[in-house]
Amino acid sequence: MTDKTQYLVKQEPFYRPQGREVELFAAAYAARLPVMVKGPTGCGKSRFVEYMAWKLGKPLITVACNEDMTASDLVGRWLLDANGTRWLDGPLTTAARIGAICYLDEIVEARQDTTVVIHPLTDHRRVLPLDKKGELVEAHPDFQLVISYNPGYQSLMKDLKQSTKQRFTAFDFDYPAPELETAIIAQETGLAEGTAAKLVKIGQVGRNLKGHGLDEGISTRLLVYAATLIRRGVPETDACRMALVRPITDDADIRATLDHAIDTTFV
Amino acid sequence: MTAADCQDAALRDYQHPLMREYWARLDTRFSQVAEVFEEMMAEALAVIDRPDLDAYLDAARFLGKLGRGVEPMLVFLEEWPSVVKAVGKEALDPVLDFIKAMQRSPNGKAITPFLQTLAAVARRLQSVEQLHHYLDIARDLMLRTTGSIHGSHATLPSPGLPVFFEQAPRVLDLLSVGGMRNWVDYGIRNYRHHPERQTEYFALKLADSRAVVQRERHGTLFADVERQLDLYLRALWGDSDQLVPYSTAFDELRRPMPYYDRLGMRVPDVYDDARGIAGIDRYRATLAHMVGHRRWSAPLIADNWSPFQRMAVEFLEDARIDTLLIREYPGLRKIFLALHPKPVEDACDPETTSCLRHRLAMLSRACLDPEHGYRDTAVNETVARFHALLASGPSSTRQIAELALAYVTQTRRQSDQLPNVRFEDTEVDYRDDNRHLWRYIEDSDDEEFFDDPDRKLRKETEVVGLPPRHYPEWDHSSKTYRPDWVSVYEALHPSGNPADVDKLLAKHALLAKQLKRLLDLLKPQDKVRIRYQEEGSELDLDVALRALIDFKAGSQPDPRINMSHRTDGRDIAVLLLVDLSESLNQKIGADGTAQTILELSQEAVALLAWAIDRLGDPLAIAGFHSNTRHEVRYQHIKGFSERWNDEVKARIAAMAAGWSTRMGAALRHAGHYLSARQADKRILLLLTDGEPADIDVTDPEHLKADAKKAVEELDAQGVTSFCLSLDPKADEYVREIFGTRWRVLDRIERLPEQLPMLYLSLTR
Repeated sequence: MTDKTQYLVKQEPFYRPQGREVELFAAAYAARLPVMVKGPTGCGKSRFVEYMAWKLGKPLITVACNEDMTASDLVGRWLLDANGTRWLDGPLTTAARIGAICYLDEIVEARQDTTVVIHPLTDHRRVLPLDKKGELVEAHPDFQLVISYNPGYQSLMKDLKQSTKQRFTAFDFDYPAPELETAIIAQETGLAEGTAAKLVKIGQVGRNLKGHGLDEGISTRLLVYAATLIRRGVPETDACRMALVRPITDDADIRATLDHAIDTTFV
Repeated sequence: MTAADCQDAALRDYQHPLMREYWARLDTRFSQVAEVFEEMMAEALAVIDRPDLDAYLDAARFLGKLGRGVEPMLVFLEEWPSVVKAVGKEALDPVLDFIKAMQRSPNGKAITPFLQTLAAVARRLQSVEQLHHYLDIARDLMLRTTGSIHGSHATLPSPGLPVFFEQAPRVLDLLSVGGMRNWVDYGIRNYRHHPERQTEYFALKLADSRAVVQRERHGTLFADVERQLDLYLRALWGDSDQLVPYSTAFDELRRPMPYYDRLGMRVPDVYDDARGIAGIDRYRATLAHMVGHRRWSAPLIADNWSPFQRMAVEFLEDARIDTLLIREYPGLRKIFLALHPKPVEDACDPETTSCLRHRLAMLSRACLDPEHGYRDTAVNETVARFHALLASGPSSTRQIAELALAYVTQTRRQSDQLPNVRFEDTEVDYRDDNRHLWRYIEDSDDEEFFDDPDRKLRKETEVVGLPPRHYPEWDHSSKTYRPDWVSVYEALHPSGNPADVDKLLAKHALLAKQLKRLLDLLKPQDKVRIRYQEEGSELDLDVALRALIDFKAGSQPDPRINMSHRTDGRDIAVLLLVDLSESLNQKIGADGTAQTILELSQEAVALLAWAIDRLGDPLAIAGFHSNTRHEVRYQHIKGFSERWNDEVKARIAAMAAGWSTRMGAALRHAGHYLSARQADKRILLLLTDGEPADIDVTDPEHLKADAKKAVEELDAQGVTSFCLSLDPKADEYVREIFGTRWRVLDRIERLPEQLPMLYLSLTR
């Protein structure tokens, strides 16, 4: 049996609720309903799931999905060893066996034929058929499936199938409101509230440009990076350029505009 | 005045001890000079050192003896001190050399205009080196535009030179010396053989003269930063509007100001860097100010207020807006303060001048600048009340108006009514004209109010056909574009009898059958293999064997041994551009069966259109010919979304040839349509029978170079161009224009067969 404790979240992750999502998630977990977390990149989706796992005291297995991922990467595969072959459980199977929360991050990145393997786990059956091994894994009573997905930036080709979508309850996340975001940055990094508020303002500037040359606005995560740099003594304008502007765009006009915002905000 | 009077000037009593000696050195008998000599010398003595004075007088004497009347000498004496003040005395020799050169050529008449504007030019150039450049430009212009009748001796004066001198100060206001050189160069190249046009060009009366000036402007051009400004509005202010530039180059009477109305925000077309603030930041300041008004200002009823009261309200309201903007982005304070003039407290004398503007500008400055340092109690009190109003929130236009009125009443002076108003240091150029701030209840009794309101409307109804589209043309000798040089008129091709085309197709029935077989082979297969799949519809034998070998060798085998299929179609958009110039009317072949190239082209186009229609690729057909740059005709024969039907056939049947081949403009226009198509591959197929030519172009290389440039532009837009030439001697220039993408058809009779084949092989 796999060691369950290694998957436990050891320390309380810092998470500041934006609304009633904590109670709602707890209620969904109590009923073991699958949960989908939607929202733009870097707005705190993964942090929220981690926090809930800690709060509920359950192990958390995270899988970052990508387009090369196949069903066996989730479910498990036969491996060869000296004496023949050996079955190795994939992360999804492990989670179903030990009763963990399985978190599939950025699920749309995975190919559609991969995503369908989660279907039997997400309805009343709560089983995972391992057809290559000829085994039917009954999910542990504590098992829950959580997926995250960013509806914004992916191409039109990448979207979840209706049959997948309709197996989940969903939360809509967005970047926190300015005051809340300021508080989050201040608490996460220990930066003074005043400076944090200015960072948030630059974040707003960037978010205004979404769809006008930027695919995604400046995320809370990047704001935290900038704050961290400032805390380490990097001058504010440099930290902002490095953490907020350069990563998100190569467009000279957008850079100039954001740089101007930085120069006029930090005096 | 007579010679005796001049004699008298030599004997006159001068206050200056050496004045008589100077007069003697000048050695002139012009009475006009004698009249003003003493004053001019007094001015010259203030600027020119004693040792250089002789050279000054000698130069003047030389100019007096050119035989061109008194003017050159008089102008020189008057203007030279200012030139020395601006660029130093070293300028004398090159200037004299240049004058001598003009005197030797037929351009002696230009000497006076040259001297007249020299001081103004020198003030703008500010260094001898720059003045040298200016003289070089003028000399170049003179040498290249001075005409000759028999070829050996220059006998006709340059028509543009005097006008050029007249305009030089104005042009240098807008352009650097380098920009001026380009402007002059352009004029010489394009109007050398056209004296009237040349004069108009250098007088800035021609549209392209102004366009070149605009292109060469120094400073930050609106066109270059438009997107940045758009982003700026959106990102920093969450606002957006149409930005409309207005021209600042050619307004002399009244300098336009930024403003906004429901049609958009008007900003100048160029901002120079000023007072340490970059042009782009000046644009940003202007936009920010307008945004501030849109956010926080509310219109007031203007009828009961005097102009002075309104002006006060505007100044203070502007200051409120700026304060609120600074609150939003503190860094704006630096920009605003740099751009806002700082009136000196006691600079205005209230006894002789109206100082209200001055006082208000001081007040406005003091509201923004915590370190204003003004001692005036009224100003300080008002500023304190201003900040108190704004302390708790954005305040409002109405509150500010009350404060402004109180200030005006408190500081009112009789002299405010004086006509002599002090404007210096009171103009804040990033602020708009505040037209949005006022509402008038009663219509004014101005004259236009009584105009017949219908009159304007009636004029606007006449529109015939589409307006022309202008395209630039590449000038290979200067490596620049001639802006808006060619006018392209587009129209639907007239129709003929569609049955004619059906007959043509019937004639090629055999060929059509052969084509059909080929087409069936080419039809999109719709299946593409995807390999390396862990799970797929079929086993991929190659990979499976490799995996087995790995397995037997004891290493980890690749489990992705299957493959599957996915559907795929052709995604090609084609535009066939047919040259319809006069040469198409040539006959080909023996007398009995002689056909014109046009007829062959019709057959070929019909067959190709039929073939592509079978394939299902979107195809457009257009014809073009030109009659000078003012009239390039682009005729639509088939649109992308039109089916291969009788209407299209009728247009092909009516194809007619005439005029010349201005290829570049037609390529650009076709590219404009093609690049708007959504397709994996966009192909422009050009069918032509000769090299690009037009009757208003003498240099045979020019249109070729332009066509080559147009092809490069298309390439950059993702449009692949291919040329099928019917001119057997075409190899050389077609290669030059199209690189490797061309084919020459030696036997034109085979065109109907070759064109569809070519297309098929191109897109296979």
